[in-house]
Amino acid sequence: MTELIQRILPTVQKPARYTGGEFNEIKKDLKDVRVRVAFCFPDTYEIGMSNVGMRILYGVMNQMEGVWCERVFAPWGDMEQAMRTHGLPLWALESQSPVRDFDMIAFTIGYEMSYSNILNMLSLAKVPLHSADRHDLKNIVFAGGVCAFNPEPLADYIDFFALGEGEDITLEIINLYDKAKAESWSKDAFLLEVSKIPGIYVPSFYDHQYNDDGTLKAIVPRNGAPEKITKRIIEDLDNAYWPTKMIVPSTEIVHDRANLEVFRGCIRGCRFCQAGFSCRPVRRKSADVLYRQAVDMLTDSGNNEITLSSLSTSDYRQLKELTDELIPYCAQNKINLSVPSLRADNFSRELMEKLQTVRKSGLTFAPEAGTQRLRDVINKNLTEEEILTTCTNAFSGGWNNVKLYFMLGLPTETDEDVLGIADLVYKIIKAWKEHAVNKKRGLRVHVATAYFVPKPHTPFQWEQQIQPEEYLRRCKLLKEHFYSKSIEYNYHAPDLSRLEAVMARGDRRLGPVIEAAARRGARLDGWDEYFRFDLWQDAFAECGVDMSFYTTRGYGEDELLPWDPMDVGVTKKFLLRERKRAYEATITPDCREGCAGCGANQLLKEVACDA
Amino acid sequence: MPRALFEKTGNAVWISHLDLMRLFQRAFKRAGLPLTHTQGFNPRPSVSIALPLSVGVESRCELLDFDLDGMDVSCDEICRRLNGALVEGVRVLSVYDNGSKIKNLALLRSVVTLEYDKGVPEGAREQISDLLRRPALTVEKKGKNGITEQDIIPMLRGWAIRAEAHTIELELLACCQNPTLNPMQLHAAICRYLPELTPDFAKCRRLELYDTNENIFR
Repeated sequence: MTELIQRILPTVQKPARYTGGEFNEIKKDLKDVRVRVAFCFPDTYEIGMSNVGMRILYGVMNQMEGVWCERVFAPWGDMEQAMRTHGLPLWALESQSPVRDFDMIAFTIGYEMSYSNILNMLSLAKVPLHSADRHDLKNIVFAGGVCAFNPEPLADYIDFFALGEGEDITLEIINLYDKAKAESWSKDAFLLEVSKIPGIYVPSFYDHQYNDDGTLKAIVPRNGAPEKITKRIIEDLDNAYWPTKMIVPSTEIVHDRANLEVFRGCIRGCRFCQAGFSCRPVRRKSADVLYRQAVDMLTDSGNNEITLSSLSTSDYRQLKELTDELIPYCAQNKINLSVPSLRADNFSRELMEKLQTVRKSGLTFAPEAGTQRLRDVINKNLTEEEILTTCTNAFSGGWNNVKLYFMLGLPTETDEDVLGIADLVYKIIKAWKEHAVNKKRGLRVHVATAYFVPKPHTPFQWEQQIQPEEYLRRCKLLKEHFYSKSIEYNYHAPDLSRLEAVMARGDRRLGPVIEAAARRGARLDGWDEYFRFDLWQDAFAECGVDMSFYTTRGYGEDELLPWDPMDVGVTKKFLLRERKRAYEATITPDCREGCAGCGANQLLKEVACDA
Repeated sequence: MPRALFEKTGNAVWISHLDLMRLFQRAFKRAGLPLTHTQGFNPRPSVSIALPLSVGVESRCELLDFDLDGMDVSCDEICRRLNGALVEGVRVLSVYDNGSKIKNLALLRSVVTLEYDKGVPEGAREQISDLLRRPALTVEKKGKNGITEQDIIPMLRGWAIRAEAHTIELELLACCQNPTLNPMQLHAAICRYLPELTPDFAKCRRLELYDTNENIFR
């Protein structure tokens, strides 16, 4: 008789994402395994398998003798329904064993809107949701990823968080667990020891006290837990672990290509960007190491495309050396080389022509704001002239497609800034009319606006999010000024961004809200087909939590912030200084022009910041 | 153009046709066997699979045509290298030159398995046999132009039925090109005309390919 799972698979969409068995998947013999880790990504297979961090840590853990790390992803709605109908618990891909059989359950969390998925996955695994209800050393739940930089909304559910880059700290955690399991420690004894590893935050070791107005009064560590938890980084990327033997999915994923990280950190300092600050300091990888890794990855995986990724690949110092070597290799082997997030400078323009990426994807810009004044406020170093020059060159080369991304609701934004977006778009249309060589096909300008979400560890971490009604008014104002047929304008609905803002700057009082929402059926919130704001509104109402406290209220500069104990390297003093400069519309030059003194270089012991 | 005969079993049956094409393209690259590319704006590696297999169907008789880019490698060597670069469940059985023209491929032998968790109902074998002896048997077919009615009897060249305690196996020889009979249409016919014999689960596997004269097709 066909087993249950094999009977369910024909009834769901894209069944290959539930079976494992891909090329380079790691299987181990259970009799050689002392520690089993279920590595959970709180979104679907296609998203999770595109995540570079997960691939690195999968390799790191499986390199360890006696440790087997397996992958777990959130099921799509049809599969979840089938699992619940048949009482089938969530399983890991490699062994197909239930997640609840694993020693450790790890999550990597990069997006606030996946919080409901975490609870839903624990529930599907039939593992108790609350840390306090899991009494044994078995099923220790821990998490990392950028959301760990403000982990408080998940404090009730995750036993401990690991801050920063995981290559080293993951080894330390698992080695400690290995010892704890061999010596039959209690869970409490393990948490006490793990809290001594630098970069580890055990939320149950901290008491949060509140003032009458709802703001935080004190965060009190117990059990000798540190007051500040400093994120971990890898200093020497050339010699750090890099997985050249990566799993090659048998079904299409979002980023279906080899992905090579060229450096870490960012020199730019766009004031709204969390990654730009929390991933500092800048650390290099050498072009010769990268070339070797690229060739190894491509040879091993058989991929016909490779992307050079980072927060701003144009800023990679040896981009010319690397691409000069890689372009001929890729041409010879019929491999597509893609270099995303190129800036509009001359070298990039030449490179784009060499790569012919424009032909494939068209031009994409993210000016984020419509006027130079507001771009100075947010420190987005992209001028109208650069945009228009690049567009003009592209139009005279025969291209007819431009995408532009903006945010609405940025600090100090006025209607003039909103209409500045329309002005910029009309200047682009004018450039097309003057320079296009092929006007028959017409021009397409895609404009998208997002609702600004203030994020922790940025100079805008104290800002108010504008009212959703006001955001919609600005969208409509802009729309009224787009009367050309060439423009296609999309704006995000405000609900998801409101929720994201709540979770991003949330505290422990959101724990029950997430649970109530998940209980009502919230999951896959990042997907339009599943996001239901009404479930969340009911959950907030049930728990008596006011969303506006976290969104439109704004946080005081002298207020104790839930993420204050988390040290990402960039100092609060620097963030305050940057905020002040923002309000003066004063730009801060990029780190390569001069060190702005963010403080992240203090994390480095062996090398200097490579900005 | 060389041809590979391969099987698709186990969990690999859940890989869709398009994903399988991509999987082979990468496997060739991993095996150090560069494929020629199609001409045009968007060059694609030249691999093609004779009869696209539905997701969930097992097969021991899949055919893949490909074209190597200026390589002088023996067929056995190609077979060996590919098997070193493929995933569990996809296995090349042989590689050969001068395969027959795909347009001469006409018949497919396959098995439809019907599973009855509470045991095969009494008389099921006879009832199904009677059903297949009818002069005409129409089932719904979902096509590009919506749902149409399709008579499956003219496309059925032969069949045999075996019953065990919990399963019925229907082995059939049927047209697989112009027109095509999807073997699972027999399951559909049983559910439609003998609803009391609707199984708890049904699946299908391909066994062998033939030309119009019922000679094995390679």
